[in-house]
Amino acid sequence: MILATGVVWLTIFVLSVFVGIEVISKVSSTLHTPLMSGANAIHGIILLGAILVTGTTDNNLALVVGLIAIVLASVNMVGGFVVTDRMLQMFSRRKPAQKPALPQKDESTGGAA
Amino acid sequence: MPVWIQLVYLACGICFILALKGLSGPKTARNGNILGAIAAVVACVTPFFWADLHLKHVPLIIVAIAIGTVGGVYGARTVQMTQMPQMVALFNGVGGGAAALVALLELHDIVEAGGHESWFNLAATAFTIAVGSVSFAGSCVTFAKLQELMTSRPVVFPGLPVLFGGSLVAAVVLAVLLVNDPQMWTGIVLALVGLLVGLLLVLPVGGADVPIVISLLNAFTGLTVAAGGYVLSNVLLLIGGTLVGASGTFLTLLMARAMGRSVTNILFGALKGGSTLGAGEASDRPVKSVNPEDAAIMLGYADRVIIVPGYGLAVAQAQHTLRELVDVLGEKGAQVDYAIHPVAGRMPGHMNVLLAEAQVPYEQLREMDQINGDFKDADVVLVVGANDVVNPAAKTTPGAPIYGMPILNADEARQIIFMKRSMRPGFAGIENELLFDEKTSLLFGDAKDSMGKLLNAVKAL
Repeated sequence: MILATGVVWLTIFVLSVFVGIEVISKVSSTLHTPLMSGANAIHGIILLGAILVTGTTDNNLALVVGLIAIVLASVNMVGGFVVTDRMLQMFSRRKPAQKPALPQKDESTGGAA
Repeated sequence: MPVWIQLVYLACGICFILALKGLSGPKTARNGNILGAIAAVVACVTPFFWADLHLKHVPLIIVAIAIGTVGGVYGARTVQMTQMPQMVALFNGVGGGAAALVALLELHDIVEAGGHESWFNLAATAFTIAVGSVSFAGSCVTFAKLQELMTSRPVVFPGLPVLFGGSLVAAVVLAVLLVNDPQMWTGIVLALVGLLVGLLLVLPVGGADVPIVISLLNAFTGLTVAAGGYVLSNVLLLIGGTLVGASGTFLTLLMARAMGRSVTNILFGALKGGSTLGAGEASDRPVKSVNPEDAAIMLGYADRVIIVPGYGLAVAQAQHTLRELVDVLGEKGAQVDYAIHPVAGRMPGHMNVLLAEAQVPYEQLREMDQINGDFKDADVVLVVGANDVVNPAAKTTPGAPIYGMPILNADEARQIIFMKRSMRPGFAGIENELLFDEKTSLLFGDAKDSMGKLLNAVKAL
């Protein structure tokens, strides 16, 4: 017996709803903001959809609109993860509070974009 | 779709679940976020290695990704920690906008192909277009409110409920039209109506409630992305979007509960009217002001001091001086704690981030439930740049916009020192009775400036 396609999608959706609620049910109020920001970055995965739609179109107007969507989606995804990491850095830095700020390790020696 | 791509999607979906799980615990949060980022990047790279897809316009796509990445990283790294909530709102909005555009493009393909699609697929397309636009416009308004590009007070005008209801009905009608007869113009008008709904949804929300709206719009965008995943037959979009939609909705309810408000009250409270308490009323009532030297004596000889930090502290960048002051008081033998209201700052947990930035030891940060019983034993409460979170109107004045919000019981302390720039009301826009209490002394001035003077005066004791 093979499940109907629509039912498969519905199953994934319903299970994801439960998982989504379950995994964050024990969050402390201290972490509400980073959690919201991290979740915000995850829906930046619309970038994948934007790439797929844009990369399969032949219409010039659609191409332009698709490229705009890609720019917006990458701002959402990349910016979201970076800003969340910046917030969380503030939390983890509390241990070496006595020492002066450590020199930041900088790997990017310029160039290749 | 090749099996290996489907397996990659599955792995990325699992990583998203683990990322959310990680983000909800303090020790695992950073790794969780990094895991989510890796999964997202891997997923977005797969189309370039999917040979049968024959991905076109690859150079243009890469340029577009690069532009977005540079913009996102620049925004995320340069934003002041105090302005971070509006940055999150903006990131959320552009995500919603992107989803709406993707759905419009998909509609374009459907129309080109003759419009033969299942009604459910078309309904999901309509949902993505409409709710994505709502999220985009709503997030732009929240950004403008938090950035103070516009008033943070609720904006209500006669006819707003009618206009809002009308545009909701119009959106539903257009969606039904789109399902029956897929046409490009219907989709575009639906997007425009969605923008209007988003605008009207957020305009009447008061500034203090905006963070909850950000969280709600975040959940909206998640559901939009999930619907987009269905339209594009992409499992990962469905999983990721649904996870965010579900957890975002739940988080919104948690935040609303922390503020003692219901979500419907936050969204539509201003429409019912009657919440315009104290618009500048009685702000020339007499208050007791104090100079830094006298405040220093009150603090210097206290055994138990509680600091109530607020957004104004962070704006003035006075948190480092405050930490020095607390250190000095500690050396003098006083027991000093910071009382952190759940929504101190602009978002839940925002104040913890700001104080952690100033390297305040985590142990001194006490949450509201832990410390509220201690206020009656406190000799001095020092309120720095906070206002609404100690406003007794939340307990005593039904009808006040913040009525029902749990507050810090600063009014129970023996003495209260308020550091304030002016008599201007707090973000909720209402008068604070505590300022006129006979136990209260006001130390006027810029928080950083006053804090420096106070620190020197305490050291000189």
